[in-house]
Amino acid sequence: MATLADLSGFVRQTGDGGAEIDFAVQGVTCAACIGKIEQTVSAMRGAPSARLNYTTRRLRVAWRDEHFAPADVAGALAPLGYRVQPFALAVVESEDLIYGRRLMRCLAVAGFATMNVMLLSVSIWAGAASYIDPSTRDLFHWISALIALPAAAFAGQPFFSSAFNALRSRRLNMDVPISVGIWLALGMSVVETIRHGERAYFDSSLMLIFFLLVGRALDHTMRQRIRGVVSNLASLRAPKACRVLPDGSLIDVPVSALHPGDVVLVRPGEHLPVDGAIAIGESEIDDSIITGETGRRAVAPGAEVYAGSLNFSGALSVTVRAAGSATLLDEIERLLEAASAAKSRYVRLADRVARLYAPVVHLAALSTAIGWLIAGADWRVALETAIAVLIITCPCALALAVPAVSVVTGGALLRAGVLLRNGDAVERLAEVDTVVFDKTGTLTLPEPHIANRGEIAEDLIRPAARLALSSRHPLARSLAAEAAGQAPFDNVREETGHGVSALIDGEDARLGSAAFAGVEDEQSTTTLSRIAFRHGARSAMFEVRQVLRADAADCVAALKRAGLSIELLSGDSAGAVAEVANALAINNAQGGLKPADKVARLEKLRAEGRKVLMVGDGLNDAPALASATVSISPASAADLTQTVADAIFLGDRLASVCAAITASRMARQLMRENLGLAVAYNLLAVPMAMAGHVTPLVAAIAMSTSSMLVTANALRARHAANLDWPRHKAKSLTPRGAAIFPAGAAA
Amino acid sequence: MTILLYLVPIALALGGAGLAAFLWSLRSGQYDDLDGAALRILQDDDIAGNE
Repeated sequence: MATLADLSGFVRQTGDGGAEIDFAVQGVTCAACIGKIEQTVSAMRGAPSARLNYTTRRLRVAWRDEHFAPADVAGALAPLGYRVQPFALAVVESEDLIYGRRLMRCLAVAGFATMNVMLLSVSIWAGAASYIDPSTRDLFHWISALIALPAAAFAGQPFFSSAFNALRSRRLNMDVPISVGIWLALGMSVVETIRHGERAYFDSSLMLIFFLLVGRALDHTMRQRIRGVVSNLASLRAPKACRVLPDGSLIDVPVSALHPGDVVLVRPGEHLPVDGAIAIGESEIDDSIITGETGRRAVAPGAEVYAGSLNFSGALSVTVRAAGSATLLDEIERLLEAASAAKSRYVRLADRVARLYAPVVHLAALSTAIGWLIAGADWRVALETAIAVLIITCPCALALAVPAVSVVTGGALLRAGVLLRNGDAVERLAEVDTVVFDKTGTLTLPEPHIANRGEIAEDLIRPAARLALSSRHPLARSLAAEAAGQAPFDNVREETGHGVSALIDGEDARLGSAAFAGVEDEQSTTTLSRIAFRHGARSAMFEVRQVLRADAADCVAALKRAGLSIELLSGDSAGAVAEVANALAINNAQGGLKPADKVARLEKLRAEGRKVLMVGDGLNDAPALASATVSISPASAADLTQTVADAIFLGDRLASVCAAITASRMARQLMRENLGLAVAYNLLAVPMAMAGHVTPLVAAIAMSTSSMLVTANALRARHAANLDWPRHKAKSLTPRGAAIFPAGAAA
Repeated sequence: MTILLYLVPIALALGGAGLAAFLWSLRSGQYDDLDGAALRILQDDDIAGNE
């Protein structure tokens, strides 16, 4: 049955009579895709113009002709193998975009000013070594001041505003000493210039701004890329619903456009888009994503159902009770709030250093001034030396030490298919000493698989899989996955809730329930789901069950070798949990847990002083993910769960979890080294400054050298993440080697 | 040294022109799709008769 799609919420009027819409595109892998997609869309009725952004995998279609139907774009691209979903930029992301451009403008201005001032400074330094006419030097100082003052006022804004905000809320961050240092250096240089002096620090202060902006711009770009991938994922997972209008016609609408009281149609094999009550229809639904229990629940009119559940056998009409952001169990929402508050207590490494650093530096400058006064120096000399101390300690290297490493690590993990959503996730991941797994969808694959494939003849599997392609039943999908490139049969009849049948080689073939296929089911009481198949006289019984991720055992073993303790907390029945725990040799396993029980267990671990990494995917895991020290979800997880998790991994391999921990540990090591380098620099430079030996040339060399040193050290983190399994090394989780995702494939 | 009175402004003007060009390219969206730009150059859809 064809439905109209309502995309009006995504279409923007461009003002000059045209309109445009953005789509997130899945399946873009190569250069040829750009041309194929753009030409296909441009050839549609109404001649729209299409432009694919290869970096963000988003397609922008603009048109003026009212004959163009944006809803047809998905249909036009589907035969080429691309999935598209309408996409609206979230407020956070568009603010991000604006901030990113502002950073780039500041960076350009700072770069321009630094180069020109440096040109003049080099002449002055050369003149100091040989000879320079004092009036020429003064002229150069004045020109430098004219360039530096407006440039610093413009390009330094990101630091000044952040320092101002911190001071207003009575905190100290790294931007406070940076801003103080920049303005003191500029102010003192202007005074020196007026007094025809030699020591002007225009070059150093501009260079400082430039280096710090480079660090910040890189950090921002990385975060923006990750956020882009995450929001593409979210939109491709289709928060759409099929609404039944009062006159009985059907229309596809975004879930956010639904209101309580609307009726939506949920076909077999679809996920419920909303919370609500069943109006018409009977079916079985799987709400394991909410409760964590595998197994199905029979529902009838009047029954309460929740968003995210999978509808199995019959079409349902559901009266919407809550849609969009409200679509949540109250209990989970309440737990989440409490848990998120606990996490915000974490203080980032850089801020901890800043709290210590700023007072120490300012005290050092003060004691320098007092020291020189006591030694009988002129107050002007004492003040100048004190300011020189502040300039030389301006935390250029220190402010780059941590962000540089997290940018490089974030990039390495992105290539390995791990998306770090929070900037400080790396620091918290490195501290982890306990890993808590959920079972369903985390240790096991999210989709069920055929468990007894080896026991069934190959020439029965092939027609069965090919027949399964025509079924909409969720269980059939696991069998259809075995079809491997075969096309569906032509003349297939589907009896909803029972099975599919077709004529194959002149013989009747039936796939579905045991009764429908006419196969005797000898084990009727079992936790397994079963699909029966009959082709002529031959028959087979496929057992469908949750299977472990291929590398689950490797992952658990590697984590154990690295000295982490492992626990398994699941909402599923104790028997099913014990089976998985045995297979993976996990000693601490608990089943039948409610979301609150999981949180309680995590709180208990926290009270014991453990740092817990929670890995989970279900809606029932969301509170636990929020209350753990740090959390990771697979990309198949429920929307809300992904929003809560600190990191998301793509693909089917748990190796990503180990790679994230290894990379984070290496990153923490590098951060500490960098902080050590920055401290060593200060231990050398501060005594020199206190003794009054720091000239503008010394300041410029010392500051740029220390910044480059920490940046070069941070680059060592770029090979930190890879997904190959170790066989020999006892200590490390994963050895060095190539990542399985080539660059960009993650997006 | 009066030559400096010409040379310094010329140097600044050239640098300023570079800065203005960069800000313009940023504003016109040339840095929005860096990966795509590298691949688009390989397409020959601008050659007549190839569409």
